[in-house]
Amino acid sequence: MAIGFLDRLKMAWRILIDARFAEEVDEGLKQFALARTKASDPPERVHASGLMLLATFQREGRLVDFLQQETAGFSDEEIGAAARVVHGGCHKALQQLFEIAPAVKGDEGAPMSVPAGFDSERIRLTGNVSGQPPFKGVLKHHGWLATQVRMPSISQTLDPRVIAPAEVELS
Amino acid sequence: MATRHAIGIDLGTTNCALSWRNLEDGSGDVGSIPQLTAPGTIEERLLLPSFLYLAKEGEFAAGALALPWDKKATYTAGEFARAHGAKVPTRLVASAKSWLSHAGVERTSPLLPWQAPAEVERISPVEASARYLRHLAGAAKASRKLDPQSEEIILTVPASFDAAARELTTQAANHADLPNVTLLEEPQAALYAWLEKVGDGFRKQVKVGDVILVVDVGGGTTDLSLISVTEREGDLQLTRMAVGDHILLGGDNMDLTLAHHLAQGKNLDTWQFAALTYGCRQAKELLFADAKLKKAPISIPSRGSTLIGGTMKTELTREDVTRILIDGFMPKVDITELPRTARRTGLTQLGLPYAQDPGITRHLASFLTRQSRIAEGKSFVHPTAVLFNGGVFKAAALKDRVVEVLKAWLAQDAGVPVKELEGADLDLAVARGAAYYGWVRHGHGIRIRGGTARSYYVGVEPAMPAVPGFEPPVKGLCVAPFGMEEGSKAEVPPQEFALVVGEPTVFRFFASSVRREDRVGDMIDDAARSEELEEVAPIETTLGGEAGKLVPVNLQAAVTEVGTLELRCLEKGGPGRWKLEMNLRTKE
Repeated sequence: MAIGFLDRLKMAWRILIDARFAEEVDEGLKQFALARTKASDPPERVHASGLMLLATFQREGRLVDFLQQETAGFSDEEIGAAARVVHGGCHKALQQLFEIAPAVKGDEGAPMSVPAGFDSERIRLTGNVSGQPPFKGVLKHHGWLATQVRMPSISQTLDPRVIAPAEVELS
Repeated sequence: MATRHAIGIDLGTTNCALSWRNLEDGSGDVGSIPQLTAPGTIEERLLLPSFLYLAKEGEFAAGALALPWDKKATYTAGEFARAHGAKVPTRLVASAKSWLSHAGVERTSPLLPWQAPAEVERISPVEASARYLRHLAGAAKASRKLDPQSEEIILTVPASFDAAARELTTQAANHADLPNVTLLEEPQAALYAWLEKVGDGFRKQVKVGDVILVVDVGGGTTDLSLISVTEREGDLQLTRMAVGDHILLGGDNMDLTLAHHLAQGKNLDTWQFAALTYGCRQAKELLFADAKLKKAPISIPSRGSTLIGGTMKTELTREDVTRILIDGFMPKVDITELPRTARRTGLTQLGLPYAQDPGITRHLASFLTRQSRIAEGKSFVHPTAVLFNGGVFKAAALKDRVVEVLKAWLAQDAGVPVKELEGADLDLAVARGAAYYGWVRHGHGIRIRGGTARSYYVGVEPAMPAVPGFEPPVKGLCVAPFGMEEGSKAEVPPQEFALVVGEPTVFRFFASSVRREDRVGDMIDDAARSEELEEVAPIETTLGGEAGKLVPVNLQAAVTEVGTLELRCLEKGGPGRWKLEMNLRTKE
């Protein structure tokens, strides 16, 4: 099965605007997507949404600038000032793209019981992992869960490798 | 047949919003607006920033500005337009709505971006507004599957918009292929949103005799309205009694003032200044949200990739916020204080006529005292309740200051203290209220009455001998009284008007937001110099027919269902009918 580029673009728009259509397509695409990634697509195409996320965090919060710099030669004061830019922008971007909530309810540091048949993806046991459920332990980290995902629709014509364009100011 | 909907559009100076309501079951909500947040990247937001970026050919990859409803877009509106435009100010259209109400420029001619280089293809304020409307219509279609061409559209305008600005707004809607548009004043929309929120409970919150003051401070404008609560045959009635003048002063001015204060001694480029302004807004919100905070840090990022070491640091202190924002924009003033008006030179008229006095409380004092005719013998109109609208009032300290000032004025004048009506969402209330009004128009809930908020006058030059150096006083003939309801007509009693056929005839045109007692046909002496009258765009017509012939006519004014004013000349004892067009070009 091959879908022309234009059709793919049209579909992307429709998926953006039409949830029901998106579900129908989603089913159809599940197998197709697997097949497609096996084909000759370059990695940046296969992982375009990952690059998009980097581009978003760079655009909104200069994350790539921040991570690409050595911190050793700078004072905490200077790093702190830059971190405020990163935190302010990336925090906003994160909130726009996802709804994020703790993976489990409960206060960190408080005792917690983990029942039999627990969700081993959402809960990881640490320390003396032995015995039979329910396990008695202490919640060390409540984890995070993306309860909603609102990824942007990205034009397939763009080169996903461009995380941020160079800027040339004309006078 | 498909279910009908009302679509509410808040076409704001700095942000637009969208809402919808099902006209069968009354359900509805605000609608999200897909928009470019980066080239080729579309995300949904609740607000569409009212910015247009007119791209240079080849500036972006092919299709990078495409939208689901406009694949070949050469410009972009919304978040990316604002962000990128901060780096390319000469291609950015901003504040189109303020230009739409600026009688000092040719509003239908291409003049935006203001001061763009010759190469940029400029657009008119009407076209800019039409482009936002096209985007919003596309969004309604894309995200809610509504057909904006067949649904009822409620488009909000500032209460202070005069007949010409309303007419231009309707033109923009026509350009955007939106045929079924009704205009609604923004402060009324805010009150509708409140009415929707409190439901039947509103009877407990307001009573007969109450006067509700709506203070709507948006990004770019301050809009004031007074709405009275009366009773008729046992039912509560709401009537919009008065609206304020057009004041170009809003939340953006506040953030800019803070940024200018903090930018002193720093060498910032336009982009960094925009980043500082944004930072000021964030810092201000932090300080307003937490009364214990003494200061809030602001980082101004470097333009280059060396973020660490290149980022500048500054901070906004509580003292700054109190002095600059609260005392600067909401000073404690006496009710008798008037806004300062700086003497203008011809040159300053070229840009937007921003308010010369940032003191919103002074503008408020002037509004309440000017409306002396409805003050019932008191020295100013006493509001009994106040409803706030606009993002500015997320800061409780600013609301508190307005209430404090109002209470002081009322106490001095032996009035009762004003109470605050808890409003709905400050950013989205106008859009919500607009769609709710669509529901109200179909016979649900309570409707705010009021009609036109101004009376209108045609200038009549008296027959008198010319005296060199002396401009004869122009009389104002009332053609449309205050409070004309939508869909009503007013016939001007017979006057000696004779128009020359085949030549354009131009009338001077005046409006008053305070003269509510004038009836159609009343004559005001010396209209041009009256403190109560304001000259607006002239009106003109060209009567077709045998050139040079004189035709005696009567004037007729009508308020359309859309909410715009129409003036016609009717031939005396004949079939001739000619529409008088508002000349929306430069006011002389």
